[in-house]
Amino acid sequence: MSPLGSAALAGSLGAALALPHVLPAYHTTLMLPVMAYGIVLLGLNLLFGYAGLVSFGHALFLALGAYTGAFLTTHTGVRSLEAILLVAAAGAAAVAAPIGALCARYVKIYFGMLTLAFGMVFYTFVLKFYDLTGGDEGMRFARPSLLGRAFADLSKTTYLVGPYYYYSLALLVLAAALMWRIVHSPFGLCLRTVRDNPLKARSLGLSVAGYRWAAFVISAVYAAAGGVLLGAPTGNVDPTLAYWTHSGHLVFMTLLGGFGSFFGPVVGAVVFIYLQDAVMSVFPYWRLVFGAVLAALVLFAPGGLAGLLAPGRRRSAARA
Amino acid sequence: MGGLFHAAVLFLVAAGLQVVFGVSKIFNLACGSFYALGAYVGVSAVQWFVRAGGPPALFPLPLVAAGLLTGLAGLPVERGLLRFIYDRDESFQLLLTFAVVLMLEDVIRMIWGTAPTSTAGLYLVYGQVQLLGASVPTYNLLVIGASLAIAAGIGWLLTRTATGKIVRAAAENREMAEALGVDMRRVYLGVFTLGSTLGTLGGALVIPSTATMSEMGIELIVEAFAVVVIGGLGSVRGAVAGALVVGILRAVAIAVYPALEMLLVYLIVIGVLLLRPRGLFGRAATA
Repeated sequence: MSPLGSAALAGSLGAALALPHVLPAYHTTLMLPVMAYGIVLLGLNLLFGYAGLVSFGHALFLALGAYTGAFLTTHTGVRSLEAILLVAAAGAAAVAAPIGALCARYVKIYFGMLTLAFGMVFYTFVLKFYDLTGGDEGMRFARPSLLGRAFADLSKTTYLVGPYYYYSLALLVLAAALMWRIVHSPFGLCLRTVRDNPLKARSLGLSVAGYRWAAFVISAVYAAAGGVLLGAPTGNVDPTLAYWTHSGHLVFMTLLGGFGSFFGPVVGAVVFIYLQDAVMSVFPYWRLVFGAVLAALVLFAPGGLAGLLAPGRRRSAARA
Repeated sequence: MGGLFHAAVLFLVAAGLQVVFGVSKIFNLACGSFYALGAYVGVSAVQWFVRAGGPPALFPLPLVAAGLLTGLAGLPVERGLLRFIYDRDESFQLLLTFAVVLMLEDVIRMIWGTAPTSTAGLYLVYGQVQLLGASVPTYNLLVIGASLAIAAGIGWLLTRTATGKIVRAAAENREMAEALGVDMRRVYLGVFTLGSTLGTLGGALVIPSTATMSEMGIELIVEAFAVVVIGGLGSVRGAVAGALVVGILRAVAIAVYPALEMLLVYLIVIGVLLLRPRGLFGRAATA
């Protein structure tokens, strides 16, 4: 990482640590979905940016994580967020392994369509199997305990802007550090080779489908972990989390921040959530504004915000 | 019979998706939004027609006119957005049409609000007929007939006319067609407008039987998506077959075990994608 990049990273981390003490509680709670989506998008970008596969069904794994948390906290006695995260991650890996094995054989639009179809299967499942999932009303997500402490004496807001905020931040930092290791490992390098030249990768003895499958499963685990973090603060999870437009929003956020850079997707989550809040406070039709923003991004700045900041890399991002 | 009516409407939207994909190679997620737009404009047109004192029995006239005219909304979308990305990666094309979905959804909310509207009692103005022991609204039969006629019309246009030859040549080999003097800009524009018009017409025709909802577009697109995958991307014949499969399956599933409804359709989609990615009638093996 360049000195400038390290400075920016240290600066944002410091700002994130200080944020609950500086910003009003409302704006701090907006950071909770940002960090949750940040984790989801770090994983999605392994697929999108590094493996070159655009999934239009990733909301499946996000919703799977959120529903796992809701199920465990309401139907079983499990309240520990660590346990929930582990179960959600294992569940996502178990679901993603067969789906990934099927999807990894395809690229481009066929990959997108197949993931969309799987996502809609899951959406229909949570919508129709009322007894298990609560149907369209969704399911309650009771307040989880963090590192064994229940924080029952704290009000909801104090809990969210205090312990839960720092827990999410720590998890995001951990997830980012782990992802940094993954993409800078030989595995990450091979993944990019598979993206840029699958034929050459195969002739070098790399298993093209194998690398795509591994990226798919890792990104699903990230999505489920982010989904758990997203579900807990709202206290309720519902099927819209699994709907295909939500998958579209995930890809949108990644593109907004810039899929050509490591932290781009996290930047995309920050901008998406705060911009959505700002637009909705003055104008109820945020989709209109965001549709226009997305169209402008696709047409003029395919490298996203990160691409705009680093003009020299814009071309390579556009080609990726 | 409910299944056939649904299949007829689904065919129109899916056919719109197919002609655009066949020629421009763009998977147009916004075709469901055009369907919703057609439905809303259709309701408004019929309500205006009734208020202006038009005879109720003639309500299909303003409905069809609304469906056809609203299709022209495809013109600015193609000229203003899509024409810049024909050479770009498929993912970006998909995202751009997703942007159109987002924008049109809110445009509809801005103009018509979120409350459902309908054409009230006009649906049964032609009465019902007894068919195979069930009573079917005559209007449904009219729509099924119209849809069949449109399917035949598209088939005729594509295979029997000079325009169709040019369009098919352009779909087959764009560079060669261009070298032979075909103006691709006009072909793309025409095809996209045809596609959006099929969508808006489908929306206008369905609306007497139901009510408008702001989510109707994004809900229909996943069904249309199932239709084109089952039938095979880019094939109009495939759209007919796919629409029949989806429409009838849904009707059967609703009658037998409602929880399975769309689940069954998506499972078939996955099966088709895995076993026969070209679909039942597709040709181009691009997987």
